[in-house]
Amino acid sequence: MSPVEVLETQIAEWRAFVERRPGVARPDAEELEAHLRDQIADLCAAGLAKDEAFLVAVKRMGALDDLSREFAREHSGRLWRQLVLDSAEDLPPADTRWREAALFAIAAAVIIQVARLAGGFDGDLPWGVRNGGLFVLPVLAGYFARLRGLSVRHCLLAATPCAVAAVLINVYPFDHDAATEYLVAAHLPVALWFVVAYPYMNGGLRSHEQRMDFVRFTGEWSIYYVLIALGGGVLMALTRMVLKPTGVKVGRVIEWVLPSGAAGAVIVAAWLVEAKQRVIENMAPVLTMLFTPLFAVMLVVAAVAYAVTGFSGAFDRELVGVFDALLVVVLGLVLYGMSARDPSAPAGGMDRIQLVAVGAALLLDVVVLAAMVARVGDRGFTANRTAALGLNVVLLVNLAGAAWLAGRFLSGHATFHRLERWQTSYLPVLAVWVAAVVVVLPPLFAFR
Amino acid sequence: MQIDKDLVAASATPLVLAILAEGESYGYAILRRVRELSDGDLEWTDGMLYPLLQRLHRLEYVTAEWRTPPEGRRRRYYAMTDVGHAALADHQRQWLVVTRTLGDVWRGAGRLPFAPGTA
Repeated sequence: MSPVEVLETQIAEWRAFVERRPGVARPDAEELEAHLRDQIADLCAAGLAKDEAFLVAVKRMGALDDLSREFAREHSGRLWRQLVLDSAEDLPPADTRWREAALFAIAAAVIIQVARLAGGFDGDLPWGVRNGGLFVLPVLAGYFARLRGLSVRHCLLAATPCAVAAVLINVYPFDHDAATEYLVAAHLPVALWFVVAYPYMNGGLRSHEQRMDFVRFTGEWSIYYVLIALGGGVLMALTRMVLKPTGVKVGRVIEWVLPSGAAGAVIVAAWLVEAKQRVIENMAPVLTMLFTPLFAVMLVVAAVAYAVTGFSGAFDRELVGVFDALLVVVLGLVLYGMSARDPSAPAGGMDRIQLVAVGAALLLDVVVLAAMVARVGDRGFTANRTAALGLNVVLLVNLAGAAWLAGRFLSGHATFHRLERWQTSYLPVLAVWVAAVVVVLPPLFAFR
Repeated sequence: MQIDKDLVAASATPLVLAILAEGESYGYAILRRVRELSDGDLEWTDGMLYPLLQRLHRLEYVTAEWRTPPEGRRRRYYAMTDVGHAALADHQRQWLVVTRTLGDVWRGAGRLPFAPGTA
């Protein structure tokens, strides 16, 4: 490893170490890292070697225990007891964070109802489904813009893609029950999720560390959202059963509550991720540890089954969709395992299991892809096939790259840093593909 | 010269506010300025500046904004607000009273090796 690589690894380890401290939030860690890098640059300019400069800079930063305690004090809004100067004015203002989240959640819930009434969700389902993401995710983007104190210029930058998407998909003359319309409905929320990344990262799209933070946020958000959805489902089912004997028409009420609840939960889950970071940090690695081996077993079994039996029966066109979903889940596991992992830890058993899972998924996918290409050769491209095939190729390249680098990492030829960089560098490719399906595919297939 | 920890802590807020009153700045540059102004006598633990800056931000003495200057790294820039200026003026008044009182009593005592007025 070159001195620069060593230094980068050391800084990454240090940052991970800092982030694990109670009370140190991610923006704090980023600010401290910028400071550390400034200090190292100055020390190097003064003639120190890179590793020496790192040690001196870390030493000057001070004991992390003390530091994290100070941050914890500040974040929890409690009085500063040691470094403190004045007393009366130090009384913290009531924590207003949760109120902001509640306001945005209510906004999302109301917007979805307004849209229902205005657009006739029930009458014109495709319109509602197509626009669904546009009612909720811009609110989430707005929530982060507010939370991070984004400037007006940055806010406008984030709003532009939303506006463009809103105009385009409503101007496009979709045929009745058009395949491209459903593709837009499925891809637009993902595209908008990438828009949320902009205010989430506070405009710093180029920073790989911030991209990793966003990946982590996405995973944690999904976990919270699923938990909320499960709780909500249980609540509604019980309500229905409890009130059944009274003859109250619960179904009508649920028709109203469900969309609003689903929209509001998007914001609430995001707030929970930020507010209760430590809770989820304990849960996420455990979930990854649990499911990575299970998926590895399932994938290996499936690969063996396909190798033995081949394609018996008709090749279903849904199958590529299923495999897309599979690859997305595998990629999710890889990304999540990565973000929950200590970047400095040596290659371990978990990394091997993950590589087995990725390898089996790749093998399976190549088989299906070959069948798919043959089929496209028969019948030509349709919108659905193009979207499924494109996504498959995009994911395949990603996982192949990840598997190659994981192999090199396991054999000690590459640092874990390289693996992370590969994934964070690949995120724009995913964003561009998803945006292309929304914007380019419908006109390409004449809105059918 | 080693300056007492409590004294360093007590002077931290007015010092940071005074430096920011010269113009907006970021953490590392603020610390450099502290070293420069005190000829290295005021030694801060670098990291401790950041919780302090957050506190000033929470009290709305300063605004904080992430920016990437051309050919620089992304940093959080802090700038004074009107509230901050008022707080700084208040600190100045308090410190003037303290230094004047100490100066008076030391001049009267006249026994100290570097008492102001006798040097």
